[in-house]
Amino acid sequence: MFTFAAFCYMLSLVLCASLIFFAIWHITAFDELQADFKVPIDQGNPLHARERLRNIERICCLLRKQNWHSAVAKNCPVLPQLKLVLPEYSIHVLFCIMFLCAQEWLTVGLNIPLLFYNTWRYFHSPTDTKELLYDPASVMNGDTLKFCQKEAWCKMSFFVLSFFYYLYCMIYTLVTS
Amino acid sequence: MSTQGYGNPQSAVNNYSMSSAQNGGGAATVPCQNGPGQAYPAMYPPSSYYSSAPPAGYPTMTGHSAPPAGKIPVSGTDYSGNYYQNSSGPSLYPAAPGSQTAAHPYSTSNAPVPSLQQAAPYAMPAGYYGQPYSQPSHGQTHAQPQQMQPSLVPASSSNNLGAPLYPIVSYPSAPGSSQYGTLRSSQTGIGQPPVSTVMPPPPTQSSLQQYSQGKGATPTPAHPGYGAPPLSQTPTVNGQSNAVQQHYDQNLVNPMGHHYSGAPPTSTGPNTERTPSGTPGASVHSSPGHHQGLLYADRGVNNAVSSAAGDHSSSSSDHEEEDEEDEEAGGDSSSTTTGSASPVPNSYESLEGGGYQDLAAPPAGVPNKQAPPFGYNYPTMHPGYQQSPAPRPDSSPAHGGYNPSGYQPYSQPFPSLNELSSALGGLSGVPELEMETLRPLNLLQERNILPPKQASPPEPNLSSDLRKVNCSPDTFRCTLTNIPQTQALLNKARLPLGLLLHPFRDLTQLPVITSNTIVRCRSCRTYINPFVSFLDQRRWKCNLCYRVNDVPDEFMYNPVTRSYGEPHKRPEVQNSTVEFIASSDYMLRPPQPAVYLFVLDVSHNAVESGYLNVFCQSLLDNLDKLPGDTRTRIGFVTFDSTIHFYNLQEGLSQPQMLVVSDIEDVFIPTHDSLLVNLKESKELVKDLLNALPGMFSQTRETQSALGPALQAAYKLMCPTGGRVSVFQTQLPTLGAGLLQSREDPNLRSSTKTVQHLAPATDFYKKLALDCSGQQIGVDLFLLSSQYSDLASLACVSKYSAGSVFYYPSFHHIHNTAQRQKLQRDLQRYLSRKIGFEAVMRIRCTKGLSIHTFHGNFFVRSTDLLSLANVNPDSGFAVQMSIEESLADTSLACFQAALLYTSSKGKRRIRVHTLCLPVVSQLSEVFAGADIQAITCLLANMAIDRSVSSSLSDARDALVNAVVDCLSAYRANGSNIQPSGLIAPAALRLFPLYVLALLKQKALRTGTSTRLDERVFSMCEFKSQPLHQIMRMVHPDLYRIDNMTEQGALHLNDSVVPQPPLLQLTAEKLTREGAFLMDCGSVMYLWVGKCCNEMFIRDVMGFPNYASLPSSMTEIPELQTTYSERTRAFISWLLESRTFHPAFHVVKDDAPAKSSFFQHLVEDRTESAFSYYEFLLHVQQQMSK
Repeated sequence: MFTFAAFCYMLSLVLCASLIFFAIWHITAFDELQADFKVPIDQGNPLHARERLRNIERICCLLRKQNWHSAVAKNCPVLPQLKLVLPEYSIHVLFCIMFLCAQEWLTVGLNIPLLFYNTWRYFHSPTDTKELLYDPASVMNGDTLKFCQKEAWCKMSFFVLSFFYYLYCMIYTLVTS
Repeated sequence: MSTQGYGNPQSAVNNYSMSSAQNGGGAATVPCQNGPGQAYPAMYPPSSYYSSAPPAGYPTMTGHSAPPAGKIPVSGTDYSGNYYQNSSGPSLYPAAPGSQTAAHPYSTSNAPVPSLQQAAPYAMPAGYYGQPYSQPSHGQTHAQPQQMQPSLVPASSSNNLGAPLYPIVSYPSAPGSSQYGTLRSSQTGIGQPPVSTVMPPPPTQSSLQQYSQGKGATPTPAHPGYGAPPLSQTPTVNGQSNAVQQHYDQNLVNPMGHHYSGAPPTSTGPNTERTPSGTPGASVHSSPGHHQGLLYADRGVNNAVSSAAGDHSSSSSDHEEEDEEDEEAGGDSSSTTTGSASPVPNSYESLEGGGYQDLAAPPAGVPNKQAPPFGYNYPTMHPGYQQSPAPRPDSSPAHGGYNPSGYQPYSQPFPSLNELSSALGGLSGVPELEMETLRPLNLLQERNILPPKQASPPEPNLSSDLRKVNCSPDTFRCTLTNIPQTQALLNKARLPLGLLLHPFRDLTQLPVITSNTIVRCRSCRTYINPFVSFLDQRRWKCNLCYRVNDVPDEFMYNPVTRSYGEPHKRPEVQNSTVEFIASSDYMLRPPQPAVYLFVLDVSHNAVESGYLNVFCQSLLDNLDKLPGDTRTRIGFVTFDSTIHFYNLQEGLSQPQMLVVSDIEDVFIPTHDSLLVNLKESKELVKDLLNALPGMFSQTRETQSALGPALQAAYKLMCPTGGRVSVFQTQLPTLGAGLLQSREDPNLRSSTKTVQHLAPATDFYKKLALDCSGQQIGVDLFLLSSQYSDLASLACVSKYSAGSVFYYPSFHHIHNTAQRQKLQRDLQRYLSRKIGFEAVMRIRCTKGLSIHTFHGNFFVRSTDLLSLANVNPDSGFAVQMSIEESLADTSLACFQAALLYTSSKGKRRIRVHTLCLPVVSQLSEVFAGADIQAITCLLANMAIDRSVSSSLSDARDALVNAVVDCLSAYRANGSNIQPSGLIAPAALRLFPLYVLALLKQKALRTGTSTRLDERVFSMCEFKSQPLHQIMRMVHPDLYRIDNMTEQGALHLNDSVVPQPPLLQLTAEKLTREGAFLMDCGSVMYLWVGKCCNEMFIRDVMGFPNYASLPSSMTEIPELQTTYSERTRAFISWLLESRTFHPAFHVVKDDAPAKSSFFQHLVEDRTESAFSYYEFLLHVQQQMSK
């Protein structure tokens, strides 16, 4: 029988795919940041410096939480839909609410830690203005970058695993009912 | 003090060994060498060891005891007493502690003389002495090296210079003979360590080293048969003696060198004769080069150790052949070291034996005792010792060996990695060096742990050729001079791994290379450096990534020697600091011209403070000194509630002011005439500067639109890049970037959290990033008496690689100290070197990775710093981790390459390369710890922490750093007594420095500290070079009302007294004295109430204490001896400093004295521990 729980799982399957996409985007963005030093001579070039700075800011901007009108923002050709953090967080919150309503306690339990982490991350910005999730001035520090990459990879693996978990649960609920 | 000394037998021993070495030298040679030995402990020991040593020096403890007695009578003066203490100390550990008093012995040169006379029989030793000593009395020594000794001694004593010199020399050691000795040893770092176990051999080497130095100048390999045997003996003795020598070198070298210079004739005389004596000449040479002397000494130790291990015969020659021996004998030495593996036991043995050896003239006795501990070496040693002639041979052979060795390194230009590694292995195998730095100290019982002089950084345990070419520690320092092999080992040590750089500092000597092809590794782009290995003539192997590269044809030609086929002799491969003139490959646009924009606050507040007069006058004075070429451009912007631009276009009759009042959307009124060519418009610029102070004198505008003014500056500079200098005197109140006062004065002395350390807005940060992208550096001068939110404003400099200057309560009339400081700072700021559009990349050996940077810059890539401007006064720090095991390499290298555009429009690359050994033992990691570098790195980390987390967190982390590290050491050392707070000698200052850090303005709590001053202090920690930071953290305190010529440096025509460093405690102050405290950017002269009136009259220029004004900011230039001496000392302190510190005379009863007393970090304050309490606290934490 097609229950609410089964519906939740089906919906979450689709949304989970989009979350995986976000996570992959994060990974590639940080990879791009890290892989810059391949053309050594170019780095001494002041023109390159400007591009590089823009790139870093762009990536940090893309991940920003709110709109902000500043000189920096004007330099970034940011499309509104590319503000990836809010959609990601809201989708995840939606998961939790849905499963809560469907009384899938185990699934809720699995998602709660990430929910808390996201909340904490959102309200404890590394920058001074609470606008950016990543600070352009320090994101290139080795350990910060590594942390960002690790975070993105962990999220992706979590979403991939939960994708299969949702698939299993969906089939299970459909079969058992 | 003595009690403390007693408390630590080991420490006592160590000191002992040091002193004992001296003593031993004296004792052993007592007859001949005592005089010299005492005066030049280091020198003597070696010489005595070698020559005379055989008989006396080696004698065992008993021998020592005997000699001391003999000496005592001889010296009769304090000297003997010291000796006894020292010498006895070794034999009798308890005695050692007394050494403090003993310290004085040195000063008494009388004792030495007599001893020397006695020594006469030991002509040989004298020769040795002569060398070391000879500096002053070379002539004499030279005449008859062997037999000369007696004569030499007297001569030295007789020499006016010599006599003072000795005292001087002794002085350093003298202060705390035991303690000092340890301290010095610690200073020498590696070099001294050998003393403990292997020390015996090292001494000879040290002597050799000295020789080598001397030889370096005038190599005279005339030492036919240096009994190899003597060498062996000498080694043991030498070890001890080495320690001594090292000490001497450090302390003495200067005096010696001066003396030498002073008495050239004698030295020349000696030279001719030196050949026979060899050593004397060498010593002379060595003296001039302090650093070299130190280095050598260290090496010598290593070598000595190795040599000791090796064959005796070889050792004799080897000793002097430092380089070769290191490499070759490395294995042997390592074996010996392993034998003495347990550092502590070894130290004891060495100490005993060493001390005895050195001092114990009686050969027979010494050998016995020594022999047992050293086993291997002894046998050989004994013979040598027994043979009195042997000593001479030793010395001479040593010379011979020396020269060859010295040459050999050069001759072997392409040391393969294997060779290097083997050499290193040998070195690393030598625990002796580390022994000294590892010597456990009970901090609770060590009172005087400060070195008598500025501590020199520890020397990496490298072979001498590598050490010779290694990067100067002033430029490049690593917190651990022995790099741990794995991250696990690093974690065990609980010490931070990082680098401290001062890459653009002013250098007096810098090889500049112009070349079409700059040779770099094709894979990691490392610049070729002295630590690469040449596989053959056509290929070299990168020392960072190990890729094999081809040597380009052009590189085969050496422009220096104009020879072909010697790529290893190119300057790039001979110097670890070089500068390349980059080819056009390195620029895609033409190098930018030097562009300077000055943004000046002209609000009422600013005019009131009067800084405009100072600034305009300084700029007028320095207009011609601004670095640049014919393209140099300059511009001015002033602002209050509006923004004023100045049209200085050539041809105008006077400057034209353009006012932009729309601060919401700033625009540039005209683009081409606001930044003008300085050369063409110089007259207009001068007119403007002359008129500027008067133009706003009547202003009533109190608002400040700093943000819009910065935006305007950004737009103005966008096309070119350059330097913006911003002068601000209040909180920005208008337009973008306006700030609110966030400081609550009631919370200034809060003991809990300090808020608002982070910027209030990211406007300034974003602007700085934009500036960085356009190659604009922003320097901020904040002259404010009120809260101006420096935490926010400083961001504009922080991310654009600028610098921040802060003058609290600036007023051009009411605050003369600040005015003078601003004048001097501007003088330096305007005329100092500058590099534009710079990037700095730091590479390190594969396996190491850099993860955090500290300083002012924008991090553009994981190993690339973007510096819009680079100036010679900024330092950087980086933290590193070990990602892969370094087990397959014995060397770790770091290369910092700074690519910049000079003010002349040349694209240049300055490359620094540092090479350090890799070790696998925890004890070696501790032995190589560079405590000053660690302190600076920790300070940087703590400041990051206090901004990102909280101040209390940062403070806890600092305390934990000490607790963890000492716990790790305790857990590692099984041989350490459980009671007390034990630290290795290398880290003995760690708790003190951390306590000092906790009492800094940046990190203190409970003491009223204005937020801006706190933030400024943080900025300084992040951006100053190491030496400056250390002076801030732990100021140098000297007593200057009773300075004597003893130990003084003789520079050119002036005499620079060298008062000992005092601990920072009120206990050291007396009302009868005057004390100078050097805090880096500030200097205090504290005058006690009952200060000698002669001092006040002769130096201060006032009849008595009561008539001293309460706010003096300089010392008058009086024509009295004492005034000259004092001023010479102060100017000597300032010599190497680029920014002139503010100078305050503080009377004992003046309210200003609190600013002086706050720097006495060892004392208890209302809210902070005293040093002893802090130690107890650490101990308590450790026992949890």
